[in-house]
Amino acid sequence: MAILEMKNITKEFPGVKALNNVTFKVERGEIHSLCGENGAGKSTLMKVLSGVYPHGTYEGDILIEGKEQQFAEIKDSELAGVTIIYQELALVQEMSIAENIFLNNEPKKAGIINWEEMYKEANQWLTKIGLHIESNLKISSLGVGQQQLVEIAKALAKNAEIIIMDEPTAALAEGEVEILIEILEQLREDGITVIYISHKLKEVMRISDKVTVLRDGESIATKDIKEITENDIISLMVGRELNDLFPYVNNIIEEKVMEVKDFSFILQQAKKEVTSGINFELKKGEVLGIGGLMGAGRTELAMSLFGGYEGTMKGSISIDGKDYSIKGPKEAIKAGLAYVSEDRKKFGLVLGMDVTKNTTMASLNQVSSLSFLNHEKEIIETENYNSKMRVKTPSLETKVLTLSGGNQQKVVLSKWLMSGPKILILDEPTRGIDVGAKQEIYKLINELTAQGVAIIMISSELPELLGMSDRILVMAENRITGELTREEANQESILKLATGGEINEK
Amino acid sequence: MKNKLSFKMDVRAYTLIFALIAIFVIFALMTNGDFVSSRNLANLSRQMTVIGLLAVGMTLIIVAGHIDLSVGSLLGLTGGIAAILQVWYGWSTFPVIVVTILAGILLGMWQGWWVAYKGVPAFIVTLGGMMIFRGILLGISGGQTIAPMNDSFRVIGQAYLPYVIGYALVAAFIIFTFISAFKKRQKRKKLDLALNSVYVDYGIAAASSLAILFLVYMLSRYQGVPVPLLILLVVAAVFIFISKNTTFGRHIYAIGGNSEAAKLSGINSKRNVMSVFILMGGLAAIGGIVLTSRLNAGTVGAGQMYELDAIAAVVIGGTSLMGGVGTIVGSILGALIMASIDNGMSMMNVAPFWQYIVKGLILILAVYLDISSKKK
Repeated sequence: MAILEMKNITKEFPGVKALNNVTFKVERGEIHSLCGENGAGKSTLMKVLSGVYPHGTYEGDILIEGKEQQFAEIKDSELAGVTIIYQELALVQEMSIAENIFLNNEPKKAGIINWEEMYKEANQWLTKIGLHIESNLKISSLGVGQQQLVEIAKALAKNAEIIIMDEPTAALAEGEVEILIEILEQLREDGITVIYISHKLKEVMRISDKVTVLRDGESIATKDIKEITENDIISLMVGRELNDLFPYVNNIIEEKVMEVKDFSFILQQAKKEVTSGINFELKKGEVLGIGGLMGAGRTELAMSLFGGYEGTMKGSISIDGKDYSIKGPKEAIKAGLAYVSEDRKKFGLVLGMDVTKNTTMASLNQVSSLSFLNHEKEIIETENYNSKMRVKTPSLETKVLTLSGGNQQKVVLSKWLMSGPKILILDEPTRGIDVGAKQEIYKLINELTAQGVAIIMISSELPELLGMSDRILVMAENRITGELTREEANQESILKLATGGEINEK
Repeated sequence: MKNKLSFKMDVRAYTLIFALIAIFVIFALMTNGDFVSSRNLANLSRQMTVIGLLAVGMTLIIVAGHIDLSVGSLLGLTGGIAAILQVWYGWSTFPVIVVTILAGILLGMWQGWWVAYKGVPAFIVTLGGMMIFRGILLGISGGQTIAPMNDSFRVIGQAYLPYVIGYALVAAFIIFTFISAFKKRQKRKKLDLALNSVYVDYGIAAASSLAILFLVYMLSRYQGVPVPLLILLVVAAVFIFISKNTTFGRHIYAIGGNSEAAKLSGINSKRNVMSVFILMGGLAAIGGIVLTSRLNAGTVGAGQMYELDAIAAVVIGGTSLMGGVGTIVGSILGALIMASIDNGMSMMNVAPFWQYIVKGLILILAVYLDISSKKK
């Protein structure tokens, strides 16, 4: 008997049918991937399953081991053995690992927390998931990958039988993904069922037993992984064939736009070097990829170049032959830099503001005179970038909060295109967005380079890095450990350079 | 991109107006109509002026993601400075006003510097300011009440506009309202943005015109439009304009909405935050001048607890303490609600302790309604 069966699930929001008669069946002990573009209904389906949307707000039945379930809240689904691990991890940063694992589930003696018992049990769970650290460490001292594993331990400690993982590897570097996959395989052996939501089809192909594809709120197909290819999944997801995922074009003009020499940056607060001895050149129309593991210092390099940190620099930078000294984002924008952050919600958008205000935010001088805003011009400009970027939004006055990830990313890109950059730094530009939107972003990269804009692209997705870059710098421990031409670069050569330094496995 | 948002209104603003109407109706019934008498409306509008002025500045402070607990003390101190300069040193009215406002600006700048450039939380800086300014006021006044002010100074808080000017301003307001409604519709049509129905846009213009006309008519039946009310309306209009139509205003909302994203978009958040505190200092000083003029004296206790009334007015008006969201119009309505409750309950001879309790409950209720309406 299937451990989980969701039958004819229909969930409507005002004006939208998010799920339409979806059927989803999972067998015990399998890793079952759930694929689909953003907005296909994956998250909604999982929210129905985990009781975020309580019984009665949707139509259809949920059966766990054949028994019908009517979850009124998340707690009910947890009692039935379903645990969901969100993309944005739900750990209390200032508490210890053990406290997090047993949050609201603390081992108690006569109502008083039994700390020894808690740490002992927590250590056992950590060992089980291959995390050899002490459970009294604070969560904030762990990397994202380790935090992910703590979430799994927490789920196991709640006797979870079905673990739902929403984009677990979105924030992980290649090495950490390996560890996670090993753990998942081990869980499968222990008979735990995993529902795995991911945009990364390589991983899906590698670890799943079965895959279910959703499109536009409908379940399109459930297939055994052996009888399906990556391209099949993509075409099921988008409903059409997608060839040429990476439309690479060489647009390099032999003219230097930026030169960075012996560049180091020391954070004012921490008195810590976040980048050391960086040297590189950038040509017009070039896509310079930057690869490396999480924490290799790639984002820090971008942020310090862009003036996002307070601190002091060493070395020299020139842009278009002119000396550029780091003062702050305002000066960086003036010098022709633009930075699309890896975390659009935190660093890219003011979520409560509408599309127009977000788009013009970095270029208000273009739509104002004597600091008086010209609303008409603002809207015309936004309209212009919106149609160029094909942002799907109900109106220009819609808050960006309500847009999908891909459209939010397009708004961020619009904002930076409007500032008219010579050098565009893209930090994980396609993180958490669907295949269709990804391709549009790649096309945009080509359009920009054709106009002579130079692009620095930081990416943890190796296929993307390999597919789009003219040249790749690899970083480890805040330094550049190597440079690869497009011809030299492949997964192995990048990983070798990325792990080449002395990496301390903690 | 054509879209039809046929009748989507700012629910929050209308809730406030309905609440206000309900409060007026209740008090009118309970006081046999005295509450809406010309004389009382004049009183009420003078009473709300000072809190209203503070609420205007406080809106920007809270939208920027900060708080200012010092405004009551700052208002007291600047009002005291005005009284001292005029009564003890014999300064004439105009220089007194200029120096008092400058003093407010300087003190605001001092607090803004701590918050923006030294990174001390605004709550702490202004809590400190609240004590320091009150202390300075006690020190320089020696604990005495300083009176009386010159006649010219008393005009600010006590005088009334001649009827002709009152009605002329109403006419100007009505013409402006309709023209801007018309222009706005034209622009939105041209830019292909969602349009309200004609009835809604012009209905709102007509309703607000009627309300203003009625108010001025009632006030004119007594002695005319009080000067302090005019000051508040002018200040509010200027700040509404700043908040909507200048890059500075936009920056404030962006900083409050997401300071990191604002900073990375090239917005100088330190300078903008300091500017907001400077404006707040200036407005507190104007409030201090109005209050000193109305009381015809500088007193040691002037402005005590006003910071809380101002914050309550802003929050009732729909501004989020999280920053990034809020309107000055809402805050003015919030100030009017608070003043109405004070005034109405006093007229009903309800013991003062009840006023505190009722105002506190209304504050909680208003925020609860706001939160629960967002959840839907």
